[in-house]
Amino acid sequence: MQAKTLVTGVIGADTHIVGNRILSTALEKAGYKVVALGALTPAGDFIKAAIETAADAIMVSSLYGQGEIDCRGFRDLCVEAGMEDILIYLGGNLVVGKQPWREVEQRFLAMGFDRVFPPGTRIEDVLATLAADFVARDRGERLDATLPTPWATRQGAEP
Amino acid sequence: MMNLALLVDFGSTWTKVRAVDLDQARVVGSAQGPSTVATDITIGLEHALARLHAGLGHVPRYRARLGSSSAAGGLRMVTVGLVRELTAEAARQAALGAGARLVGSYAYRLTRADVQEIEACRPDILLLCGGTDGGNRDIIIHNARALAASAYAGPVIVAGNRDAADEVAGILPGTLFCANVMPSFNVLDTDPARARIREVFMNRIVHAKGIDRARGLLDDVVLPTPAAVLEGAELLAAGPTGDDGLGPLVVVDPGGATTDVHSVGESPADSGVVRLGLPEPHAKRTVEGDLGMRHNAASIVESCGANAIAAAAGIDVAQLHALLAQIAADVERLPESAHEHALDRSLGRAAIRLAVRRHAGTVETVQTAQGPVRVQRGKDLSRVATLIGTGGVIVHAPHPRELLEAALADRGDPFSLGPREPRLLIDRDYALFASGLLARVDRRAAYELARHALRDATSEASEVSDTAAAPDARSTHAAGSSASSPSVS
Repeated sequence: MQAKTLVTGVIGADTHIVGNRILSTALEKAGYKVVALGALTPAGDFIKAAIETAADAIMVSSLYGQGEIDCRGFRDLCVEAGMEDILIYLGGNLVVGKQPWREVEQRFLAMGFDRVFPPGTRIEDVLATLAADFVARDRGERLDATLPTPWATRQGAEP
Repeated sequence: MMNLALLVDFGSTWTKVRAVDLDQARVVGSAQGPSTVATDITIGLEHALARLHAGLGHVPRYRARLGSSSAAGGLRMVTVGLVRELTAEAARQAALGAGARLVGSYAYRLTRADVQEIEACRPDILLLCGGTDGGNRDIIIHNARALAASAYAGPVIVAGNRDAADEVAGILPGTLFCANVMPSFNVLDTDPARARIREVFMNRIVHAKGIDRARGLLDDVVLPTPAAVLEGAELLAAGPTGDDGLGPLVVVDPGGATTDVHSVGESPADSGVVRLGLPEPHAKRTVEGDLGMRHNAASIVESCGANAIAAAAGIDVAQLHALLAQIAADVERLPESAHEHALDRSLGRAAIRLAVRRHAGTVETVQTAQGPVRVQRGKDLSRVATLIGTGGVIVHAPHPRELLEAALADRGDPFSLGPREPRLLIDRDYALFASGLLARVDRRAAYELARHALRDATSEASEVSDTAAAPDARSTHAAGSSASSPSVS
């Protein structure tokens, strides 16, 4: 089977590139074809890159606390571009201040992201989830994003 | 006995011929005849050759006889890609770099209306792109089907997703394939498509347009004229061995219908600067279809404002509109009165300023939560060492420098990546096309030819300025006619 193609990048006016580079490298090592857009990427550029490369998933990073503004309408853009079913992941420091993770996650899931990852997520968790999601998609199924996951359990342990 | 090459340009109005002494690398004779592509292209060529040989005093045996052509509408192309800013843009750049005149550019799925437009404008070549290698296949296959079902029967060159090549070949038999213009995301590889387009031009288009009738008088018509100019510019920048040329340079050519800008050189981004958009080609050509001294004089005025154009020409707006009406009524018209000359220079400055500004990139400072970040888009021309002007309005101006200076970055504009302090030169003899052609047979002579022909833009006006009423009026001048001002060393 052909390697899945993933688009990665840091959305909005956000210059934090290091974590995204580490993620992109790890994804490549895991056998994915990675189209890395890097820092300061407008939402529309993720979509354009995904169309041209026929990507299977888009992995959006946001580290500077403005994720809520930048990510609004992201799924709508995908739908508009004819990719209503593309898998989209989001991770990073999505909001400012201390907010309960479950609420934050729900807010972004409601925007149409398939998975939302908190700060401190381990790469292995992302890889495992991605693999499971792809297996489910290839069978024509969808996994429930709200089911307990390793990172959610770890996060849930915090006060 | 001199070692001579004959270089010919079949233009839309003139057939220009140049005899070049390969040992001295000098133009020893220039002449022109009418463009007779509509009837028999050899008539105008014979006419020009008779004048050339009269000037030379004999009919030499040429070592090479090469031609370029922009006659019969030029190389008319349509490009098709997927995402407008990605493969569709890469396809456009490949076609422009091959010297084409774009008569249509499409992105995403071709609709029935798009196909009807393509059928109606009947391009000489269609370039079909879309998808990175291993990327999207659906759109290029859909577009191949749409073209197969259409009445368009001209050549199709495919430079898209290689995974779709076999299927596209089945849908469009006889199609020519080459490497993808965008093999992976945001990587441009337009050279294979450029080469393929030129090959099709030489093998098929010159025949279709009746240009190959000149084959008895020429060895070959090898390039579309703009491609010859771009190759001349590339040679001039790199030098005959690749590292001894003039360095990064820009050529600006305000013509009757369009303004062409060619730039040769890398586009380095300073460290700490974030680059957005497609990478820039080393040899880049842009064509501004709305900036032309004759066919598009009114749209230059529209872009810059009637008041500014009139003020720069020293006339009032009513006079401006009267002169524009006169131009619109007769686009072949050459300036006669002082006002007409002044207006031409004002239009020329405006066209040059806008065309180079659009060709060049920008750099801006974006405020982020982490502090200011500099973001660069497009090609950085700020360190370009040489700016060359060509075309009637520049070379016939009493002070060409005044026109060329319009291309420089505005000192008050911190965002511009336009040329800052280049040496200003003019190509009065249209030597760049000749140099680009000659490069096929003798790179050193071709390089020396261009270098000798370029003149400093500040030099006093030469003997041709008083004959501005007929562009290229040197037709009757012959040997050594263009050696009045010091050449560039």
